[in-house]
Amino acid sequence: MNLETRLLNLLHSVRPEADFTSSQDFVGDGLLDSFDLVTLVAEIDRAFSLSVPGTDILPENFQNLAAIAALLRRLGAA
Amino acid sequence: MNLLFPGARVQGILGVVPSTELDFLEDMRRFDFPEAKSLKLKMVMGYDKHRVAHPSTCVSDLAVHGFQHLFAQGVLQPAEIDALILVTQSPDYLVPPTSFVIAGRLGLPPDLYCLDINQGCAGYVIGLFQALQLLQQPAIRTVALVNADVLSRRVSRKDKNSWPLAGDAAAITLLRADPAAPPVHGNLKCDGARHQALVIPAGGFRTPSTADTARLEDAGENNWRSLDHLRMDGAGVFNFVMTEVPPMIDALLQAAGVVRDSVDSFLFHQPNRFMLHKLADAMGVPHDRMPANLVEKFGNSNSVTIPLTAALNLGPDLTRRPMRLCLAGFGVGLTWGSLLLDTAPLDFCEWIEYPEPGA
Repeated sequence: MNLETRLLNLLHSVRPEADFTSSQDFVGDGLLDSFDLVTLVAEIDRAFSLSVPGTDILPENFQNLAAIAALLRRLGAA
Repeated sequence: MNLLFPGARVQGILGVVPSTELDFLEDMRRFDFPEAKSLKLKMVMGYDKHRVAHPSTCVSDLAVHGFQHLFAQGVLQPAEIDALILVTQSPDYLVPPTSFVIAGRLGLPPDLYCLDINQGCAGYVIGLFQALQLLQQPAIRTVALVNADVLSRRVSRKDKNSWPLAGDAAAITLLRADPAAPPVHGNLKCDGARHQALVIPAGGFRTPSTADTARLEDAGENNWRSLDHLRMDGAGVFNFVMTEVPPMIDALLQAAGVVRDSVDSFLFHQPNRFMLHKLADAMGVPHDRMPANLVEKFGNSNSVTIPLTAALNLGPDLTRRPMRLCLAGFGVGLTWGSLLLDTAPLDFCEWIEYPEPGA
């Protein structure tokens, strides 16, 4: 399973009703609220056995699938 | 700036929490919020129970109850208190300072130094700095530092980002002059340019409270608050903490010539479990050496969280053996401060309940 697919699964576990494939701005489009963001980071930490640094928990790093994937690649998750 | 204080020790810590306990899941059921999401948040953020004072309970009530407990236990006599410092953001009155109210209710003799400090989540560190500074005076041998807030009544019950973690509490820390005590190292930074990041917009002289300031406004994500309520730029404050706190601790330990592994416990302000775990990870500190359970037990009580965390987690350790503690507070101001403390066994380190009216 590639990184993007794993991330989509995690996003759906946080917000099962949302369609994350058609949005380029998860927060702006109302797919993720502030609570979802925290839950998503916790899910990512657990699934990838890492700890996303607090200084990387910025809206721009979670804006869309490509941004989250880029962050995780930078953190060595894939 | 780096600070250094010789000749003083902590004698003991007492926490006081209101007897009224609220439940996070019960709180969240009042919002249009899925239970499954609440359960996830409970796990990630550590939200569970929180203590909230009755509307008639004030800071001086919690403090006087704590002092009376200490007098009854025989660990402190009223006449021994040379200085009484109160750190609060929710005073009994705008005028006079609430430290005077406490002193009056306790019948303390007037040969006394009373001081109120308006500080929030860095208020324990700031209060300790002030106490340690006063103990440099030959006339001041004992300082009672009181941290207390009943700020929950300035948090909107219709704001699910803030209400479920709001906590009221008090703590009394006794400090004594002791020429043999090892020096206490400190580090403090203040950035007034970011003072709007955590603010209660109305209720002071800039914007007095009126019917208009009490009107609830949509703050997004189905949260409602008024200008009389506490507001926080959550993302901005989170980023501030993550950016500023780890290097501050590095600077503190370096100035003290101490390695990280020699610190027995990192007692930090307790906003939530998620933030504390992220701080611990950033600093390479094992989670079991940075307690992060205060919010789940009592809620976030601003400047009271650090002494209450000590009382909740370290009472048996702190009263039986010497410990090296690294304390850090961060928040309103913005302020970030830290302190490295080598304690001798404390005479007491515990928490008690304040019996609320009708309880």
